Amino acid sequence: MTAAVAKSTAHSIVESSSRAKAVAGSLVILYAMITILPLVWIVATAFKSQSDAIAYPPKVLFQPTLEGYVNLFTVRTRQTPDFIAKLPPPQTWYDKLVRQHDMVIAGPSKVVPRFVNSLIIGFGSTFLAVFLGTLAAYAFSRFRIPLADDLLFFILSTRMMPPVAVAIPIYLMYRQLNLTDTRLGMILLYTAVNVSLAVWLLKGFIDEIPREYEEAALVDGYTRLQALRKVVLPQAVTGIAATAIFCLIFSWNEYAFAVLLTSGEAQTMPPFIPFIIGEGGQDWPAVAAATTLFVVPIVLFTVLLRKHLLRGITFGAVRK
Amino acid sequence: MTTILQPDDAMIPGVSEPAKSRATRRVRGLSDRAIAWLFVAPTIALLLAINIFPLVWMIRLSFTSLNLSMSYLPLRFVGLDNFTDILTDEDVWIRLQTTAQFVISSVALQVVIGFGLALLINRQFRGHSFWTTMILLPMMLSPAVVGNFWTLLFQPQIGPFNYLISLFTGVPPSSFSMTGEVALAPWTIVLVDTWMWAPYVMLICLAGLRSIPDYIYEAAEVDRASAWRQFWSITLPMTVPFLMLAVLFRAIENFKMFDMVNLLTSGGPGSTTELVSITLKRAAFEKWRTGYSSALAIILFVTVFGAANIYVKVLNKVKQR
Repeated sequence: MTAAVAKSTAHSIVESSSRAKAVAGSLVILYAMITILPLVWIVATAFKSQSDAIAYPPKVLFQPTLEGYVNLFTVRTRQTPDFIAKLPPPQTWYDKLVRQHDMVIAGPSKVVPRFVNSLIIGFGSTFLAVFLGTLAAYAFSRFRIPLADDLLFFILSTRMMPPVAVAIPIYLMYRQLNLTDTRLGMILLYTAVNVSLAVWLLKGFIDEIPREYEEAALVDGYTRLQALRKVVLPQAVTGIAATAIFCLIFSWNEYAFAVLLTSGEAQTMPPFIPFIIGEGGQDWPAVAAATTLFVVPIVLFTVLLRKHLLRGITFGAVRK
Repeated sequence: MTTILQPDDAMIPGVSEPAKSRATRRVRGLSDRAIAWLFVAPTIALLLAINIFPLVWMIRLSFTSLNLSMSYLPLRFVGLDNFTDILTDEDVWIRLQTTAQFVISSVALQVVIGFGLALLINRQFRGHSFWTTMILLPMMLSPAVVGNFWTLLFQPQIGPFNYLISLFTGVPPSSFSMTGEVALAPWTIVLVDTWMWAPYVMLICLAGLRSIPDYIYEAAEVDRASAWRQFWSITLPMTVPFLMLAVLFRAIENFKMFDMVNLLTSGGPGSTTELVSITLKRAAFEKWRTGYSSALAIILFVTVFGAANIYVKVLNKVKQR
């Protein structure tokens, strides 16, 4: 009865009129397009030539080139045209591209090792955080732990500290332990940051799995650990995957610790990208190329995570 | 009831036969309490080692005059000198003011835009899910990388931002610099932060809007309440707890803000956008005044922690109502 009344009036919020929907839709789409524009510009800049990238007025239409990507992966030296003319003909398309600018490829750039660092540190800390987080979350969810609320709050509060503040004692401690600028040091640090998120998120996911399933298994002669492995974990798999992706995104994106605690060996992509320089300042096409490669996995993850995003960004405070 | 107690393969995947090896019998000996502690201990130990031990060490250092660029000097305890230095330093208060202005204006803008977008998206127009995902992208990116590429967009000559502004307003694009002018730079960091994080507020507000049961609106319709009235007496009050949660998270994050601003303006021009985290970084990792910066770090931590606690109490009160 009431539903019929609600539908009969045009201005109801319950069921918007088609005109209201059209207006709302076009405003949202407009905002989305404006929001996406900077990203589109960066992806496009990666395909510009050096001169197109810094052209005035900014170029919307341009001849696409892979120069930016080539510059990102190589170190080049400038040579005289005579020198280049004497060289044997270029072996590959990128040799050819570089020689058009009177340059010769001198070797690979540091981008691959930095990318590898990002991967190792990202996956290492994610694995550890999710492993520790799953155990702790299961315990918090299923057992009576004295002062559980205080412990959970303590775990969360470690994340409220400004990273620069945390980095000061970590820097001193790592210097003593020879962990400065090591992947292990960064993995441990990121694990500590991520584990708070992992515990809070996973506790929520495990809370949602009915206890009856495990209890049935326990009655049937399974040990706690068997019940956890064979009953709880298979059911929590989506939650664990979502948590892992959130941890991975944090480690992947993190900058403050990385810039303060690493300088070479263990440097990840975020502190590296702004320092991709060419002759005379930042090499924008190469920076844009690095940014694009760096951001693509995040975009894929965002689409994958869409359903769990709200949970992840609020530490499980808001579920739906 | 008995059927639930029987392990059912369809219901419990992966369960076939209970293994009864010697190893499992030994594990079975573990009481639930032992397992609980065994599971929680590694996490607590890690946090103690990486968070709490360094924090305690930092508290100790905050009472010293340690300077890492002169670490040959013997460690000298100076009592509360660092704290009094910081709290009486006018520069520090200016940085805190800059930070407060940044936090308040960016969070306010994000609340307005985020809530507005959530109201629009809640109309469930066709394709709303796809466009919502598009809007969410910026907040998933690395703040450092974002700060870095916005410097390109804001370049007075070659950047598209100034060019677009000049297309709409006719102001010559090279006549202003978003990151280089004292009057504009504080708004530039607010703008980029809002670009990144308005979707965050939007997502939380959307959850709030969707948590309002339809029957409340239906009852309001029966009572012939206007759309305006419905908004003020139903929509807004029922979304407020969500909105406050979003504000809490954003305010804490922005108070800690370092990465995006460090790359976008690195505190400049002069020190117009020098947020307190950047001051801290300079004191600790450029001037190497470890004792002094430890004290500043503790002051900041206490501030965030205290403010967050008060805020959570208020939030719980609002929720109860």
